[in-house]
Order: sequence, then C-alpha cells, then structure tokens
Amino acid sequence: MVRFSFSGHELVALSAGALYWPAREALLVADLHFEKASWFAQFGQMLPPYDTLATLDALEAVVARVNPAELWCLGDSFHDPRGCTRLPVAAQERLRALTSGCRWTWITGNHDAGFTASCGGAVLEEAVVDGLVLRHEADPGETRPELSGHFHPKLRVTVRGRTIARRCFVATASKLVLPAFGSLTGGLEPHHPEIVRAVGRGAEALVALEDRLLRFPVAA
Amino acid sequence: MLAAARAGRHALLVAPTGAGKTLAGFLPTLAELADAPGDGLHTLYISPLKALAVDVQRNLLNPIAEMGLDIRVETRTGDTPSDRKARQRVKPPHILLTTPESLSLLLSYPDADRLLASLRTIVIDEVHAFAAGKRGDLLALCLARLQRLSPGLRRVALSATVADPDDYRAWLAPDGDIDAVTLVQGDPGADPRIEILLPEGRIPWSGHSGRYAAPQVMAQIEAHATTIVFCNTRSLAELIFQDLWKSNERSLPIGVHHGSLAVEARRKVEQAMADGRLRALVATASLDLGVDWGNVDCVIQMGAPKGSSRLLQRIGRANHRLDEPSEAIVVPGNRFEYLEARAALDAVEAGELDTELFRPGALDVLAQHLMACACAEPFDAADMLQEVRAALPYSALDAETFDRVLHYIAEGGYALRAYDRFKRLTKGADGLWRVSHPRFVQQHRLNAGIIVDAPTLDVRFRNGRKLGTVEEYFASTLSTGDTFFFAGLSLEVERIELTDLIVRASSRPARIPTYVGTRMALSTNLAQRVRTFLHDRAQWPRFPADVREWLEIQGRRSRLPEPGQLLIETFPHEGRHYMVAYSFEGWNAHQSLGMLITRRMEALGLKPIGFVSNDYALACYGLEPITDPAALFSPDILEHEFVEWVQGSNLLKRAFREVAVIGGLVERQHPGKRKSGKQVTFSTDLIYDVLRKYEPTHLLLQAAWEDARARMTDVGRLATLLETAQARMLHVPLERISPLAVPVMVLIGREHVPQGSADDALLTEAEAMAAEAMRLD
Repeated sequence: MVRFSFSGHELVALSAGALYWPAREALLVADLHFEKASWFAQFGQMLPPYDTLATLDALEAVVARVNPAELWCLGDSFHDPRGCTRLPVAAQERLRALTSGCRWTWITGNHDAGFTASCGGAVLEEAVVDGLVLRHEADPGETRPELSGHFHPKLRVTVRGRTIARRCFVATASKLVLPAFGSLTGGLEPHHPEIVRAVGRGAEALVALEDRLLRFPVAA
Repeated sequence: MLAAARAGRHALLVAPTGAGKTLAGFLPTLAELADAPGDGLHTLYISPLKALAVDVQRNLLNPIAEMGLDIRVETRTGDTPSDRKARQRVKPPHILLTTPESLSLLLSYPDADRLLASLRTIVIDEVHAFAAGKRGDLLALCLARLQRLSPGLRRVALSATVADPDDYRAWLAPDGDIDAVTLVQGDPGADPRIEILLPEGRIPWSGHSGRYAAPQVMAQIEAHATTIVFCNTRSLAELIFQDLWKSNERSLPIGVHHGSLAVEARRKVEQAMADGRLRALVATASLDLGVDWGNVDCVIQMGAPKGSSRLLQRIGRANHRLDEPSEAIVVPGNRFEYLEARAALDAVEAGELDTELFRPGALDVLAQHLMACACAEPFDAADMLQEVRAALPYSALDAETFDRVLHYIAEGGYALRAYDRFKRLTKGADGLWRVSHPRFVQQHRLNAGIIVDAPTLDVRFRNGRKLGTVEEYFASTLSTGDTFFFAGLSLEVERIELTDLIVRASSRPARIPTYVGTRMALSTNLAQRVRTFLHDRAQWPRFPADVREWLEIQGRRSRLPEPGQLLIETFPHEGRHYMVAYSFEGWNAHQSLGMLITRRMEALGLKPIGFVSNDYALACYGLEPITDPAALFSPDILEHEFVEWVQGSNLLKRAFREVAVIGGLVERQHPGKRKSGKQVTFSTDLIYDVLRKYEPTHLLLQAAWEDARARMTDVGRLATLLETAQARMLHVPLERISPLAVPVMVLIGREHVPQGSADDALLTEAEAMAAEAMRLD
C-alpha cells in the first residue's frame, strides 16, 4: 500500500482497483455494474449470472482489508435502475451487511440514475467531501479537485511480446478517475479521446501493485 | 458419376484439381433436368467459398446455354441482396449455389420444408477443405435435416486427393453407413515436377521463408508467364512482396493477396490474375482454395511447406491440364527447412498425404444448429436427437449432453438457474420446444455463422478508402507516426478512431503486422521423415554439400538421434548453460513446452533466463548447468502445470471466444453497429475468467477445452511428447554448441523468463522504459 498525493490529500490506490483515503478512513469504488449479466440475459445474451457474486466477493475482501468508516460508490453501481431489485436474495443480504457496516453512499451515474436503494445506503447525485468533488463522470469545466469513475480506464502494455491489460487510475493535477471495480466491465485505454476530453492533457495512468504504484505518461 | 446417379447412390468423387470435378458433379443433375425440367429446387451446390459459388455459376451457365436447356441457376451467399433471397424462397431456381452457413440460415425459415421437399441432389465441393472442421459439423447437421425434409436426397461430394477417402465417405453417408457411398476415383493426372531452389548451391544456417532468394525467385517470375508465390503467413507475404519488389528491375506487374486485405482489393487482384494482367501474385493460404486461373504456369513455395497435402494443393494451382505436369519450386529458408522440403517432395512422390483428424462434432455448432431448427418450427427433443445422430460427427452424442445443449440455448446452461424468466427456448404443453420471442429468431439470423475472426480494425486512408483489416492486438501496439507494411505499401499511422486505423502512404521503413495464431504446424508426417533423414545416412548423398557436412559433423561431435529418440544436448555457451531438445513437434507446441520447462527450471533452482524455439527444436537456457534433463520432462507436468497452463493460456481464451460466438452466448461483432455505438462488445476473456471460477464444468468451457485439445493439434502433440519423453530421451552433454543446435540458437524472438510475479515484473519494466524514454537531460 503506497500513498500518493493528490491535490493536497494523501490517498492510497489499492491493487484491487479501489481508492483508500486514510484521513477520512474512506473507501471509494467506481462502476460496480451489479446485475449487468442479467440485464443482457433479458435480450438473449445469457452471460454467466455470477458477475454480482464476483464483484461482491472482491468488495467484501477489500472492505475486510481496510475496514473503512465510510464507503463511496462513484456511480453505475447497478447496470440499470432496476438492477437493485433484480439482485438475487443472497446477494441482497450480503449487500445489506456491507451497507450497514459503515456510512455508505451511492453516487448515481448514467446507468443507475434514479434507482431505489433497497439494500441500504444513501443516494446522492454528487458530493463535496473535504474539498474534493465526488461525482460519476469527470466534468471538464470543474475547477475544484475531483474524484470520478465512468470511463473504466484500463492500461494495455506490450512488453517482450506479451500484452498485459490492467485496470488503472488516470490522474492529472486536479482530476482522478478511478478504474471500474465490477467483475464484468471492459475498459478504455487512458489515451482514449473521451478520457482526454474529460481530464485534459498531461495525464498519468497509475497502476497499483501490492508494494508500489507504477506511473505511465498518457500520450494524447 | 452418371452410373452412381442412375443407381440412386450417394457418391464421393476424388480427383486432383483441374480434372473437371465440379462439372462431373453436376452432370447427373443436368441430365435429369434436361429430361424432365419440372419446377422447384432440384440441386443444392455447397462450396466453402462464396467466390467459388459465383465462379461455378458462370461455368454452368455456358453449357446450359449451349445445350439450350431451360435451367435456372442462382447463388445465395452473404453477399446476395435480401430481396433476391426472399424471392428465392418463393420461386426457387433449379440449382442453388450456396455455402454451409447460408444453407443453415435457409433452414431456419419456417417455409424451409416446403422449399426443400423437391430437392433431389446436394453437391458438396472441396469437401476435403472443411469436412473435418466445424463447418463440416454444421454441414453434416444440415444434411441430416435435409434428408428428413427430402428422404430421397442423393449426396455427392467432390474432393481433392486425400489420404483416406473412407473418412470422407463415412462423413458423407447418412448414419455413417459407408457402403451407401460409391467412391469414384478420377484420373490422377501427370506427376508434378517439383524442384528445390538452392541459390549458388548453398543454404543459410538460419532464417526462414527463403527471403534471401528473392532475386532468384524474381528470375523465375521473369521466366514464366504467371507465377503464384505462396508464403506461410500473411506477415511473410507482405515481407516477400517487398523483397521481390526490390529485385524487380523490369518493374513487372506483381501483386499481393491475403485474407486481411479488403474484399474489394482481393477481387481486383483476382480479376487482374484472371485477365492475365499480373506476372506474379504473392499469396497465403487465402489462395489454397478458389477460382482456377488457367494461365498460371509456375508455383513457388517460400519456406518449408509444413505438410505434403498442402504442398500438393498449392502445386495444383498451376497448369490446370491433366496431361501436363504442374511445375513448382520450393525455397527452403535454412538447413532444417531443406530437410523438410526434401521430405515433402519424397512424400508427394510416394503419394503419402497428411491425414485429417476427424473428431466428435463440436457442441457450440450443435447449439447453433438447434437454434436454427427451432427458428424454423417447434421440435420434439427425442426426434431431434435421433435426427442429429444421423450426422456422423454426432452419432455418439448421448441424451444427457443433448439436454445440456438445449438447456444452454434456453437459458445459458448455468447451474444457478437465474434466467428462467428470460428463456430463449421454451417447452410448450405439447412437449415441443419453440423460440419464445420473434426477437430471438432475428438475433439468431444476425449472429449465425462458423467463422469467427479475431477482433480487427479497418485500415483506411483519410478519404475513407479501405485497404483491409489488422488485428486489434497489432493495432494496440501502434502509435501515431508508426509505420507498417500492408497491402504492399508502407503506411504511416495518422490516428486511430474507434474501429478505424487511419493511415497515409509513407516511404519510411516499416514493421510487419503480426497475426495471432497463424503459424502452421509442421505435419507429423513430415516431422517423421525429417527425423529419419537425420539417422539414415543412405539419404545424405542426395543433399547439397553444406547440408551433408552439417550432418556429418553433428554425427562426430554429438549424436544423430534414431527416429524414435528424443535427442537432448546440454552445453555451455557464452556464460550460459543451454539445453536443446530436438522434439520436432512444431513451433506452437515448443513455445508452450518452453514455458513449462523454464518454470520447472525455476523450481529446481536452475535459474532460467529464457528460451527460443523453431518447428524442430527448443532451446532453454539459464545460469546453472542442466545435468538431469529427465527431471524437467517428467510426465507429472501433465497433471499439474500443464492443465493449469493451458487453461490460463491465450490458446484456450481464443477457443472460448470462438465457442461463445458460435454457440450464441454473445453476439457477433458487427463493425457497422459497433461504430455507431449500437453494439456493446464484451470481453469474452472476462466471461471466461468468471466461468472458470464459478462454474468450471459449464458446457462452453468443455467445448473450448475439447477444441483446444482436438482441433489445435499442438496441445495433443505436446501431451504425447511429455508422456513419452523420459522413455525416449537420449541425453548428450557437450563441451560446446553442436551443428544441429545452430539454427535454433541464432533465431531472433527469444522469450525471456520474467522474474518473480510475471506480469507485475513486466509492468514495472515497462514503467522504467517509459521513464527512460521520457527523460529530458
């Protein structure tokens, strides 16, 4: 766990793809996309119905590891506004246990706007916490420091003939985009025009390993 | 053929290319239609290539017109406009020329039974090219269905010369009843005249593909009217084309042709060949099958041919007259390739061909077929199982597996029955299975098909003109300003836009695109012959002096293994300790073996650094001497590392992607829809990982595993190698490098063993490289 500094705050990028904020004992995750597979199943693509379980497994593991006082989901927590009601009963119970274990806030995104939080937690469109704006999608016009999700940044590097793809953070001086935490989520490369449009030029892609944080300049 | 037809028997016609097979296949049909024209569809013709169907139509229309017959012939492929397809279902032609995929789609319409009831004959062309694969599975299932719709249907298949015609007879026969199929053997024609090209009588130590011989190849092109230059990969075709162009002092018109070029570009080149406007065409397997050009008088194979059947097939592209021999030249790239080329020539002369591996039918193909049947009409599961079993690949299908496939189509086939509400197929009160919503019928027709291409980007000029496609994997290694060779041009990347790679012509030196998994495996047949050459000195006088000398010194300095032996040499070289295994199992298998062996070396404290391989040998090297190679090859690798490794490998992920698309789990990528943002694409790798973790016994994982084991022969060969290695091993410790080791030792493209947690280490290395490159001082 290596700390890095962002707009005057000490933060920790976890290798699982979550962000820890020690000063507030806060854990932040983005783009869980619960019940994505079942959404597609309605339209005939019977993706494995295990995405919610896999995401819950990973989330429980990281919560157990840092034991946060508060947890912020930065939007698209459910693949669609009805996702929360489609959760299998066992998954609902696990999610309730998580949301009752700390102060839990769902920031909504484009996928889950207007959803009803039937498994606990508060719902907000965006928030400002200790001077940091938390929202789903980075706003290019935002001048305050901002944490967001939405783009699912994923770095692809080819070394010695082997291509490695990893979830990554994308950081500029005042913007930090979190990777998607959901198990069944694809990714955009950090130099993708949409990401560059949202965060501006001169960004870095951050890849968290267990014991260090790797920084890759983003060519745009 | 006419005799078999009059007797009402199914028939397999085996004859070399150019013997007029296709017309022979149609003769009975034309005779019957001439006697009694009638209405309705009489004959279906199935070709593996759309272009071939179009060509056959042209070739049929002439004799029909000359004989003054009133017979309608039409094609139906993916290129046929939908209004014509609809009309064909209402007012069918007498003869319909189509592909296995288009036939399967035709069968998915509710009126298929009415349309096909009049069908008398089905003619399957180039059956050797696809019967043993998944398209063969699909066609076998379609045949079973056709036979039910039209019980008197006569099956005719046309094949190039094959090693074992009985395999194909059985495949063609209803219920695998081989005696129901008459075998008709065509005139074998004149023996081909094949030479090995040796510029100045010498063969290089290393290299492959014969690039060094470009000037001599150009001289051959000048000396012949029209030449086809075959290369083993698309990348090599681009390279060889560049090399030839440099030697092309007379600026003869030459072209390049491979499967990644835009269809329009390929058609243009093909037309230029047909018109005799090209002197040479550099090509890949994309031309192994296809339209015949009468004017080709020379075929050149660059690099070793990898299999005798393939070589023969390629040679057959020249000089389509039976009474004259085809002329061909093989250009080996190094000394092992010389032996391989010699082996291929011997095999061709002996009439020894590579056997195709027929295996049980693929379950993803069965799923697609059952969905097609359900789209046409509701079915009873027991009746359907019986029908399916009439197709040879599925004759041993058990009821339980069949039910699993049905369950899979209906709701994904998961143990966790999460999708009961969303079923695609439902079983009604009448006991029949039917599609639960018309939407799924449409979805099936949009996504059906057996060929699954790797995800690609279109290569375009700024004005929108498309040159072809490159794999996403290769595109991801390109940045703005990078140059690469494609379509015979040097191209510079301007930008990448979602699914387009925008380029402009450049004169700068360029890279060659790579294509994942396009390496052809060396056939076991040729590998066996090469092994025999090493040991059988009586063969050596036929070889050029430098090859002979190479083998003689190898015999004195080390050993020449007997055909059954696995020679392993260990020696120090430039401060490292090497182990070279001469296993002859092909590059793909050797790459896998390299990873497994170096992992073992790690565990045994031998400090491995890397490995390198070719089709014939594998060299592993590290900091400690290897004194006991047997320990590295112990068969328990198969139980432990091997399965784990295969499951985590790209090989299986690729196989999974294919079965997921064919089996209809995920939709096919439709580039147009993707561009307009109307299609979300999933990484099937993610689905694969989730399934492996949560439902490792899922039908599609089973299908992917069977694919990897049976269809990608490398996995099977690797398994056999490991099983027998210790018993066959001949370990020769040496003071220094042996002659036989040189070709593999001088190869580029070495794989390093990453230290510690592999990917983390590589990423850390990449970060350091980026930092180094970006430093301003």
